[in-house]
Amino acid sequence: MTDSMLQSKIPAGPIADKWDNYKADMKLVNPNNKRKFKVLVVGSGLAGSSAAATLAELGYDVEVFTFHDSPRRAHSIAAQGGINAAKNYRGDGDSIHRLFYDTIKGGDFRAREGNVHRLAQVSVNIIDQMVAQGVPFAREYGGLLDTRSFGGSQLQRTFYARGQTGQQLLLGAYQQLARQIGIGGVKLWNRVELVDVVNIDGRCAGIVTRDLVNGEIRSHSGHAVVLATGGYGNAFFLSTNAMMCNVTAAWRAHRKGAYFANPCYTQIHPTCIPQADDTQSKLTLMSESLRNDGRVWVPLNVGDNRPAAEIPEAERDYYLERLYPSFGNLAPRDISSRAAKRAVDSGRGVGPLKNGVYLDFSAAIARLGKDVVKERYGNLFDMYERITGENPYDIPMRIYPASHYTMGGLWVDYELMTTIPGLYAAGEANFSDHGANRLGASALMQGLADGYFVLPYTIGNYLAPMLNKPVPGVDHEAFKTAENDGRARFQGFLDIRGKRSPDWFHRELGKIIWDRCGMERTAEGLQQALTDIPALYDEFKTDLRVTGNGASLNQTLEKAGRVDDFFQLGMLMCRDALERNESAGGHFRAEYQDDEGEAARDDENFAHVAAWEFTGDPMQSNRHKEELEFETIHLAKRSYK
Amino acid sequence: MSHHLENLTLKIWRQSAPADGGHFESYRIDSISDEASFLEMLDVLNEKLIDEGLEAITFDHDCREGICGTCSLMIDGQAHGPQRGTATCQLHMRTFKSGDEIVVEPWRATAFPIVKDLMVDRSPLDRIVEAGGYITATTGGAPDANIIPIPKPVADAAMDAAECIGCGACVAACPNGAANLFTAAKVSHLNLLPQGQAERWSRVEAMVETMDEHFGSCTNHGECEAACPKSISLDFIALMHKDYRRAKVKNRKLISQI
Repeated sequence: MTDSMLQSKIPAGPIADKWDNYKADMKLVNPNNKRKFKVLVVGSGLAGSSAAATLAELGYDVEVFTFHDSPRRAHSIAAQGGINAAKNYRGDGDSIHRLFYDTIKGGDFRAREGNVHRLAQVSVNIIDQMVAQGVPFAREYGGLLDTRSFGGSQLQRTFYARGQTGQQLLLGAYQQLARQIGIGGVKLWNRVELVDVVNIDGRCAGIVTRDLVNGEIRSHSGHAVVLATGGYGNAFFLSTNAMMCNVTAAWRAHRKGAYFANPCYTQIHPTCIPQADDTQSKLTLMSESLRNDGRVWVPLNVGDNRPAAEIPEAERDYYLERLYPSFGNLAPRDISSRAAKRAVDSGRGVGPLKNGVYLDFSAAIARLGKDVVKERYGNLFDMYERITGENPYDIPMRIYPASHYTMGGLWVDYELMTTIPGLYAAGEANFSDHGANRLGASALMQGLADGYFVLPYTIGNYLAPMLNKPVPGVDHEAFKTAENDGRARFQGFLDIRGKRSPDWFHRELGKIIWDRCGMERTAEGLQQALTDIPALYDEFKTDLRVTGNGASLNQTLEKAGRVDDFFQLGMLMCRDALERNESAGGHFRAEYQDDEGEAARDDENFAHVAAWEFTGDPMQSNRHKEELEFETIHLAKRSYK
Repeated sequence: MSHHLENLTLKIWRQSAPADGGHFESYRIDSISDEASFLEMLDVLNEKLIDEGLEAITFDHDCREGICGTCSLMIDGQAHGPQRGTATCQLHMRTFKSGDEIVVEPWRATAFPIVKDLMVDRSPLDRIVEAGGYITATTGGAPDANIIPIPKPVADAAMDAAECIGCGACVAACPNGAANLFTAAKVSHLNLLPQGQAERWSRVEAMVETMDEHFGSCTNHGECEAACPKSISLDFIALMHKDYRRAKVKNRKLISQI
């Protein structure tokens, strides 16, 4: 049964009418009254920038907080492949319903129907909006927009801008935000990090931040707060996330009462460059779009150490084409990742460390010519060569799965509000749309949907009744307490004076989470992790060494706070994975698989969202349930064969 | 297989605060894998410094995929180091050899004051975008995306300009500290597209004049293009100058915006 705190607030009516019904019923704020409401937006990626710019255009008083030097640096910028939209420009049978269905199925039937249908509906508006802003999407010779395929879909619904779609979309949203900053609609706080969320009288009253340049702790009050602070993939230490991506804002909100949903749903992306050595600080993604033309294979036989070109066709195992003939190399990410892991675990891995599989373009180059391949993927090939020193036009790429995206996040209702009234979560920071596995090219879609076409409506519905009612300012005692707690926390890291750096702890923590709560999980392994992580965390609290001081820019101190939060999150990830006694999407429990090794869901007992309530210790958090109701789609076995 | 470089000497700029004078300090790296990126080499050095109880070297970095534009560094006097078309985060140690002495400095430009060590403040670049580096298209009223066909060569040229990552290498490499390549990339991206025509002339005016408030003047050295990790072409500067000149002589009210 759904817990009373977790009312999803899905509007009544047939699935296709719900969003329209919501908009017809929602409360409005008069244009002249909007400036009386202050909205604080934390994060400046696709969701944050688009929400802030749109709210400011509507007339709200908006402030944006980013820990970067410029809002344009947010990690949305690194998304390569594309953005999905149900435009059906190809006439290949796409529709809002089909995108809705593919997304629910792609998420292994663990997402909320109402949210996902709305996402599919507004996907078409996103493309219109971004083109109007000047995003230079790829075009056909006739001047119309080009599209391509992505994993988990049999249609060509993915719009792209070379291999830099995320960059171009983020710059579009950033430019719109910059316009508002220039004309005074938005106040920007850069090089500032969230330290705490402050609740007064049962609603979110604002935030406390730390200025990274001078260490100043400062309160900000507002009528509503949006966390658009991204995902927690860096819990694994090695991931495709940027170095500064962290869970801190979401985790601090969680500690103050926001439930954290499905933390065990993490996405391991199948096509990343394998780790080269121990100095590695991050892994680099090679866009999924490469699987349109690249063929994945390993040698058929264990111990075949010949160079790729010398292995004859008959002695190669194109395992995705063999196992999933209808989707082939474009099988979804979770499935492709597990298949790669099995190939490597069977001893057939390739490369100097035998830790990769081939992604081979020789057939595409023979069919299309080198120029066409270069036109499609040139910048990705160049990047690969810069990192590995190998030319992928001549030698097949080597790839291996890596942590990439997190479907879990702060629990939100249909309005994207967390369990703290007035606190919203958008983009990757929330849990809402991707279920247990996200399809390629859907992250950009969700970030922009939340920021452009959902929050600007739903926040108004919350603010309207607050008109002309006073809200507490930053001199309120609750802000002062939070400021003092924040100062004490950072001073505490400096005062430990132990022997190990924050990075050392992060690396060790990441290894535990990757081994025990990565691509394949077992009850035994998770229990071990739940012993190992607290033990390492105890060591962190007594043996951490942070050099420098707290009153000037100190990246070691920043890192200490982030690693502290990753420790606590890591425990929750493992507890969530242990409690979910089924396999679904990116959460693969070895005990729950069918005869062919595919994920075996348990719809009777686990067709629900697990939302965790913080009680002071992540090892003691309470698990709450939101039952998922499937009114439109029939639960089915997810097959890509 | 990976090989190791031995006995590297790093001369790194240390500066505790904007007002501090700053100085070079020498550090030794006994051995580092040639698979390590330049920034991973600095990570290893920082770990060593923390082990010794010393403060780590501050440097800006984030995506380490050459796209966010956060990393910087003058390496042996070259913005983003010796490899053409490559940001510092994508530079790997295989570019160097055992025994090398490598000099590492922050971006040097009046418009980019040093925050600490190798980190600078590049926010004047944001001021240029805020002045006009956008198309005014408020959320909600956009027409269908395919309503205006854009010839592929035009879309491709706009994309070539739009690839700028805003790292500021062009400014750091320029003997005048000019930001013309950065500004021209954004002006050209938007001014080439049909959607950008309505604000074409006001955009170029506002952006160029804001640029001039913060940065030096362009004298066509071309160092910017050579340093640019995205190899953005100098041609865009010519396009910007031409649009700026036309904007100044055009009677925009009576003839037309376009």
